[in-house]
Amino acid sequence: MDPMAAKFIGAGLACIGMGGAAIGVANVFGQFLSGALRNPSAAAGQNTNLFLGFALAEAFGIFSLLIALLLLFVL
Amino acid sequence: MAADPIHQFEIQNLVPLLKVGAAEIHFTNSAAFMIVAVGLTAALLIGATAGRRLVPTRMQSVAELTYELMASTLRNSAGEEGMKFFPLVLSLFMFILMSNVVGIIPYTFTVTSHIIITAALALTVFFTVIIYGIYRNGLHFFNLFLPSGIPGWMAPMIIVIELLSFLSRPISHSVRLFANMLAGHITLKLVGGFVVMMGSVGVLGTAGAIAPLALTVALTALELLVAVLQAYVFTILTCIYLNDAIHPGH
Repeated sequence: MDPMAAKFIGAGLACIGMGGAAIGVANVFGQFLSGALRNPSAAAGQNTNLFLGFALAEAFGIFSLLIALLLLFVL
Repeated sequence: MAADPIHQFEIQNLVPLLKVGAAEIHFTNSAAFMIVAVGLTAALLIGATAGRRLVPTRMQSVAELTYELMASTLRNSAGEEGMKFFPLVLSLFMFILMSNVVGIIPYTFTVTSHIIITAALALTVFFTVIIYGIYRNGLHFFNLFLPSGIPGWMAPMIIVIELLSFLSRPISHSVRLFANMLAGHITLKLVGGFVVMMGSVGVLGTAGAIAPLALTVALTALELLVAVLQAYVFTILTCIYLNDAIHPGH
């Protein structure tokens, strides 16, 4: 296979990982919202945990995007 | 024309400073924008609060709200004892926030889009946690790697897992900020490139260019959100890691 073609296919494959991050981030915010609507008075105290969960879930999507960018522009 | 989306991250030498052997030290655009970020931080925090009015002006209110936000975040996650790290946490937050926000302005340089900068910041936090943790708790600091109430036969496995997760912290801490900034700016550049490409086709192309132009505006707003959010996330993680140094037991 042409190495350039393999590079682009690899970059495309790496981006699949971002789908998982999308599910994770949606899960974090969705669950927060459903919890917050049940007990709105406790919601404000959980903002730190919300953003922590968001950051941890998002990191893996960013990692796979980074792999794609490395394949496209650096390697 | 497809503009190279990576070109914007190039480091340019502005003023040569000194030469040590084969290595040349230059005043770069990165250094210039770091000075801009520090200058803006100082202008906001010192300049706006110089009046010290009882009823704050708008800028004083911004400075006070930022201070209060960071103080409450640190107090909630690391306790009252964590407040001795408040200068570190506030400096990190303001530096990253200003670098990120200044970077959104076209033709500027985003300091935090280079991993060497974010890695330096993350390693500062990492070594602060280790050094202060051992200084304050002695060998009890290593309780961090063994949560209490774990059955003895599971301990070796848990210690390996906890150690790996502890050692990978500076990597995820720095890559998260840097990659968010990098990816956002590349996306902006690509979508902005579509406008130019469509505009060069003709009248129909110019009409069609409105769609990517609108997308660019929307993405810039999103990037502003990401810039503030990532600065906040970096600081929250710093607070949580500092909490481990102060209270190593789980």
